[in-house]
Amino acid sequence: MPIGLRPDLAIISTWVRPGSRVLDLGCGDGTLLAYLSEQTGVRGYGLEIDPHQALLAMSKGVDVIQADIDEGLGGFADDSFDYVIMTRALQAVYHPLKLLFEMLRVGRQGIVTFPNYGYWRCRIQFVAKGRMPVSPALPQPWHATANIHPCTVADFEDLCSAHGVAILERRMVDERHRQGWWMQWWPNVLGEIALYRLQWRTAAGT
Amino acid sequence: MAARLSCPVASKQRMSASPVAAQESSVGLVVPQTLVVDEPLALQCGKVLPAYQLSYETYGTLNAARSNAVLICHALSGDHHAAGYHNTADKRPGWWDNCIGPGKPFDTNRFFVVCMNNLGGCGGSTGPAAINPQTGKPYGPDFPIVTVRDWVTTQQRLGLALGIERFAVVAGGSLGGMQALDWAISQSEHIAHAIVIAAAPKLSAQNIAFNEVARQAILADPDFHGGRYAEHLTKPRRGLMLARMLGHITYLSEAAMRSRFGRELREGRIGFGFDVEFQVESYLRHQGQSFVDRFDANTYLLMTKALDYFDPAAAFDGDLSRAFSGVTTRFLVLSFQRDWRFPPERSWEIVKALTDADCRVCAMELPGDLGHDDFLKADPAYHGVLQAYMERVARICL
Repeated sequence: MPIGLRPDLAIISTWVRPGSRVLDLGCGDGTLLAYLSEQTGVRGYGLEIDPHQALLAMSKGVDVIQADIDEGLGGFADDSFDYVIMTRALQAVYHPLKLLFEMLRVGRQGIVTFPNYGYWRCRIQFVAKGRMPVSPALPQPWHATANIHPCTVADFEDLCSAHGVAILERRMVDERHRQGWWMQWWPNVLGEIALYRLQWRTAAGT
Repeated sequence: MAARLSCPVASKQRMSASPVAAQESSVGLVVPQTLVVDEPLALQCGKVLPAYQLSYETYGTLNAARSNAVLICHALSGDHHAAGYHNTADKRPGWWDNCIGPGKPFDTNRFFVVCMNNLGGCGGSTGPAAINPQTGKPYGPDFPIVTVRDWVTTQQRLGLALGIERFAVVAGGSLGGMQALDWAISQSEHIAHAIVIAAAPKLSAQNIAFNEVARQAILADPDFHGGRYAEHLTKPRRGLMLARMLGHITYLSEAAMRSRFGRELREGRIGFGFDVEFQVESYLRHQGQSFVDRFDANTYLLMTKALDYFDPAAAFDGDLSRAFSGVTTRFLVLSFQRDWRFPPERSWEIVKALTDADCRVCAMELPGDLGHDDFLKADPAYHGVLQAYMERVARICL
């Protein structure tokens, strides 16, 4: 497990098959794609709306396309990528469900990570203190956060199940790279960051 | 496609005293060169030019591995004088001087930069004003129609004469970007990177319509004489001026025109007549008039036709992604938000085709305020992107 990477990215790098074609939505400074292409021969593009981040990604050698993922992935053909990855952006987009559908249209599999608002520390802040949660995975206060669609592990899994999305794999991790058995055992309470590998249920069944 | 130094920022760069010596980042004094080619050139239109010459300039030094060559392609009204000064009295440097020079995005300390006046031009390369060896008179309207592909062929010819088998980069804005695109499609193995700025994969009906009005302005000028005005010792000044004025309207965004000219009156009041009253009229007339002194009307007609005909996807049933199939060149595609001549959507057509074809591409949409002319402006964000990309090129090619 590459320790230098952010914990969710480190796990993703073990999920993505070497040499596959990847689209990274909200790729930021391109860390994941740069790592994947150097280490495992993955090719593909990163989409990033922020020009400063896009420039950093470009400097890392990542093929970055400055684009607003809230406008959908209309520019990409069906099944044109092996994986469409979106790390910690699902909760920050205007239409998470639409984008999830888009990911599974363009990619054969989708990989999604998000901060779990069901994490026990979040619950304590909300219930005991009556405050919107702030944690290492959710560092911004409510008025400054880009996270307009916070959700929990249970919320997300309900959504998948209601819309025919099969969960191929789930992993919980925290900011300190720990993936303790307790997180996997009671993810919605003990897991800080959730990772999912997804596919249409129909495709998964065949 | 845009004028030299037509934006306010650029005009601020005009220095009063000794501009050549003043700039450390300038390539300084440059001497245009000429390549004379004595072998016939078969053009895309079916005609053959028995011989021709190409004017060009170079900046920087070709390295021993010959891996650091950058070809700059000019737009509609540009020429081979892309950077530096021809003599110490020059008030203005070459048309892309803000981008080419020591420490600039196209860093002449590291790269060998080549810019050539395209065939059919009026900057010294063989064009309509040149003498037709068969008649002993200027070609005029008999000069064959040239295409972007013909330019790529002749640019490659120049490259080989300079010892360049493969360019690290072919770059250009507007019609120049189209040349970079065509290089990648037709000569992929001879170009590592293409930088395509404010361009389009082909002209829209609206683009062609503007070109047609510009051509009609020239053709309808009584001094045009069917293109043989040189033999009549005159020039279709009014027609060429109108064509240029029309062009300039499309190079600026409405917002840029509003902020620069608004409805400001030169005399401060309405004169109830047809003289120049609004500042924008004065600007357009000035642009038109100064253009007439340095440009040839027949060349203008040819350049607009080259634009109209450009459509590299045509040979692939209109499928641009098929045109890119197997292309190993890597791309940087840039567009400007306020550009309404070749708006960002046109660049997205290129990017989409490239991703469909699994080609390597970086693409950015830059804010800008001028419109199409933004590609000539020394904007820090824009030049930052070029610089970062050229860093990448240096890591790969040098």
